[in-house]
Amino acid sequence: MTSVSERPSEVLTHIVTADVERVRRARRGPRRRHAIVLAVLGALATTLFAVHLLLGGYTFTAPDAFRIVFGDGIGRPTAEFILMESKLPRALTALGVGVCFGIGGAVFQTTLRNPLASPDIIGVSAGASTAAVVALLSFGLRGDAVAAAAGVGAVATALLVRWVSGGLGGYRLVLVGVGTAAALLSVMHYLFTRAAVWDVQLALRWITGSLSDADWQKVQVLAVALVVLLPLVWWSGRDLRVNELGADTATGLGVPSRRPEILMLVAVLLIGAGVAGAGPVSFLAFLSGPIARGLNRGRTSIAGAALVGGSILLAADFVGANLIGDVKMPAGIITGAVGAPFLLWLMARGASGRSPR
Amino acid sequence: MTVTETSPDLPGRTATAGRARNPHWGTSTSAAVGIAALVVAALASLCIGNRWVDPLALLDGSDPDNVFMDARLLRTGVAALLGAAFGLAGAAMQGLTRNPLADTGLLGVNAGAAFAMVAGITYVGTASIGGYIWFGFIGAGVAAVGVHLIASLGRGGATPAKLIIAGAAVTAALTSWTTAILLMSRETIDATRRWQIGSVAGKQTDALLTALPFILVGFALVLSSARVLNALALGDDLARGLGRNTARDRAMVGLGLVLLVGASVALAGPIAFLGLLVPHLVRMQVGGDYARILPFSALWGAILMITADTVGRFVLPPSEIQVGVMTAVLGAPVFLVMIRRGRLGSL
Repeated sequence: MTSVSERPSEVLTHIVTADVERVRRARRGPRRRHAIVLAVLGALATTLFAVHLLLGGYTFTAPDAFRIVFGDGIGRPTAEFILMESKLPRALTALGVGVCFGIGGAVFQTTLRNPLASPDIIGVSAGASTAAVVALLSFGLRGDAVAAAAGVGAVATALLVRWVSGGLGGYRLVLVGVGTAAALLSVMHYLFTRAAVWDVQLALRWITGSLSDADWQKVQVLAVALVVLLPLVWWSGRDLRVNELGADTATGLGVPSRRPEILMLVAVLLIGAGVAGAGPVSFLAFLSGPIARGLNRGRTSIAGAALVGGSILLAADFVGANLIGDVKMPAGIITGAVGAPFLLWLMARGASGRSPR
Repeated sequence: MTVTETSPDLPGRTATAGRARNPHWGTSTSAAVGIAALVVAALASLCIGNRWVDPLALLDGSDPDNVFMDARLLRTGVAALLGAAFGLAGAAMQGLTRNPLADTGLLGVNAGAAFAMVAGITYVGTASIGGYIWFGFIGAGVAAVGVHLIASLGRGGATPAKLIIAGAAVTAALTSWTTAILLMSRETIDATRRWQIGSVAGKQTDALLTALPFILVGFALVLSSARVLNALALGDDLARGLGRNTARDRAMVGLGLVLLVGASVALAGPIAFLGLLVPHLVRMQVGGDYARILPFSALWGAILMITADTVGRFVLPPSEIQVGVMTAVLGAPVFLVMIRRGRLGSL
């Protein structure tokens, strides 16, 4: 028998190498899976972007679109105008807003350790809606001023909820958020009774989340927000997976306890930018995180959530604008209608009870 | 202290803690104070408005102010009835679900009623108030049962926090569908937006008469269930051990609740926070026995509703603020303070 003749240290080395190899293989699996998921989601988002840009009420061929955007054009001013001033900014806004909401929602759900604790449920969207409705109905503002008000409203509500609840821990933040949202909605309905029906319909469209107002200015705002905030997400989100183990464990493992707070603030700012871009699109922030997590075999993936968010909003806007009879539905209606059954499914699976504290 | 620390693992706490604490006031003192407050609130509601009226005009048919008084009397009566209904429903709901956060506004009932009414008005086309009350009624009932079913799925059953979040999520979903319908029909926006904030003003008599039988049957069912709720407060196992058929008990109280809540919400619109806060305030005063909590919740619900309605008339002149907004704006801070102190944890 060879093993008898071997010296003990050699056996040890052999075992250690085998174990190291096994650990390495075990760690490589999820990482490869994540890379594949990101690649597939990236391809999906790109495809949906192309579909959104090229098909619909006015169709383009891919070479034509390429020539209009990057080359000298195709000599048809109307078509060029439609692509450059309507379809391209709208598709870019959809993608950017989707990314903002995807990341924001995933960060909320992961940091608060509850898939149901997304910004649309804990009052951030209600704050944005109320601010927008006040701007629209009480001050008669239109356009970008409303968007700015909504963004500020989202951030202000989030800070208020955080301040009142006095900490990120447990369910208190969620409960405070839900209570705040209920009060804000009541104020909003009060404003509805005091306005003209036309304005109410405009406000309703706004607070559902719609991309019909997309223009280059919104794209610029979103681009600036993403360029500034994404590195911050990357920096403060490095320890997110450790934080999922709970605040005490994370502190014990050497993660600065302030870091989740910074991450949440960045997420709130992202949501604010997204709201300014397209209004508080219902359920978008809620849906993206769990879908990305499910694709990634239960591991949190912020980048995945960003891509899922972008894909959902591109698809929802395309479906709402082109595929439902002759009515143009805002994208928020589509995401809201899809979100409810998904929520039921999520609760039925017991995922909501992941860490109820 | 977080809310979920209240768990049903401490049976008996609810039923005995109140008595052991020896409430400051006895039942008769509390009743006297409550009834006096109700009379004062009702008188104030009759007199105060965009025009000050002498209450004696009510008795004198020849007085020109008699018309005002008739209108205000109806309004005060509706406010008292609905306030009592919401207070009582809140207390019974909290007892039935053993959940200190149970409330119609937070548990999706209002959104269910709103969705059903909007869908009914748009697609079935009932124009009369007496007709669309039925939709609100069905919607409220289905949403109440649905939210409870959703929350009891998954691990751990219907815990307080899960119920609240299920309610918030169902509200978000239903609101989205409601908006989809409203965006297609401007007439429906106009017909429902007044209902949506909750008001006791300008209720027609036929709407009141449609809803009244349901509310009264609901009152009777819920008020007579004090023993049931006391037993359920001990926990299902103990209640069964004491010889109660818990499934039947729950069904009875649940039926009373759906009647009460469905009819009230359909009639007045969503009134948030009243049903949540009144039972907690009452519990601080009279202790944990449902034989006292239930009637006192009804009494104080009526008082607070009348007061909120009266205050809403003069707080922002020249317009009136509907009572649903008043209860939300005044109730939300109290709710937040209670959460911060961990008060909502103790049922």
